[in-house]
Amino acid sequence: MASKPAAALLATDMRAKQVSSPPPYTATGGLSAGSGIRQARRILEQVADPEIPVLTIADLGILRALRWRHDRLQVIITPTYSGCPAMQTIADDIRAALNRNGYTRVEVITQLAPPWTTDWLSAAGRKKLLQYGIVPPAGSTSKQSLRVPVTGLACPRCQSANTEEISRFGSTPCKALYRCNACLEPFDYFKCL
Amino acid sequence: MSSDLFQYIIRLGDNALINGQRLAEWCGRGPFLEEDLALANTALDLIGRARMLLSYAGEVEGQGRSEDDLAYFRNEREFRNFLIMELPVGDFAFTTARQFFVDAYDYYYYRALQDATDTTLAAIAAKTLKECEYHLRHSSEWMVRLGDGTAQSQARLTRAVAELMPFTPEFFAADEIDQVMQEQGIGVDLDTVATLWNNEVDRVLREAALARPPLSFTRGGGRQGLHSEHMGFLLAEMQSLQRTYPGLQW
Repeated sequence: MASKPAAALLATDMRAKQVSSPPPYTATGGLSAGSGIRQARRILEQVADPEIPVLTIADLGILRALRWRHDRLQVIITPTYSGCPAMQTIADDIRAALNRNGYTRVEVITQLAPPWTTDWLSAAGRKKLLQYGIVPPAGSTSKQSLRVPVTGLACPRCQSANTEEISRFGSTPCKALYRCNACLEPFDYFKCL
Repeated sequence: MSSDLFQYIIRLGDNALINGQRLAEWCGRGPFLEEDLALANTALDLIGRARMLLSYAGEVEGQGRSEDDLAYFRNEREFRNFLIMELPVGDFAFTTARQFFVDAYDYYYYRALQDATDTTLAAIAAKTLKECEYHLRHSSEWMVRLGDGTAQSQARLTRAVAELMPFTPEFFAADEIDQVMQEQGIGVDLDTVATLWNNEVDRVLREAALARPPLSFTRGGGRQGLHSEHMGFLLAEMQSLQRTYPGLQW
């Protein structure tokens, strides 16, 4: 909700940051606030999604931006589903990871626009999902993929395309349940949104 | 003006909250596991939507009320949801019919609200629309499955549709707040939504082999805070924890 014109803000905030509070990892000496952002991003790229722990919040496209606002590091995230209960945990995990690494003043901001889409899943994320046994979203977002059942998904175990949807809603809001008619195993499908 | 906007957002938020609260009653009691998950997941989406809307309503009001304050510390007369939302869950046919009527309304309403000049409402609408679409697909399919199903499922759905239809004109009864909001480029044109909703309902009822019941009377009043006898019980359950231990957190 709190989207701000980032570019102009960033420059001034970085200067303010250098004056008001030195970066927390001064051991390396003379790090600019810009690398503070880079370092923070590297830390956050390790934060796992609580429901699908093989994916990081960066893989999922939940992590939108990082910026300094005076002496606070603002982390902009976007929810996957409106009611996704993992969002609270994700915000807590972000704060904890940054605090552990010396970033003491962290603010997590939820931004709704543009709305999250599975198109933001990274290529690495899609690969990790499949290895984990969850079929990544088929194709890109379109009305068709959401309203019409997706057929012909390849089973993550035996690769057969002889699969069917058994439940449109799964163990988390983002997944649906399918079954492979060849190897008879059920599997999760990460819905297109 | 900002109090009109506050009321406008509260109505949307209360619809999502009360619908979500009712639907969540199915959790652990669904007719079978997959449908239990579907009902709970849909309830979760609705409560998530309510959180976004009530948080924003609190911001607009500017008196420091949070989403929780608005959900747990308002009294019955201060809630502005449509009456249809607070009706008891009934049987699965009743829940399905209500959800279908509401999902179809939400889908066309939020699709239009995406173009609101209020950027926060537009963002919430764009976010929620994707979920509405999924909900509508699900409830439409159940309408057809029950309506064009066994004698038992058809009889129950027919009764549910007849009971619920009189509550639907409240969806489209525009009042001053709607007019003011529409003039400001925020509110949506309810006549357009009504046409789209009617077409959708007719189409699905036809596919479900059900006749659309004639409207002999209508029920409304929720938007003025005049609720049915069911609302107090719903609020008692929903609010009891926060009323007993104000500010309690998990």
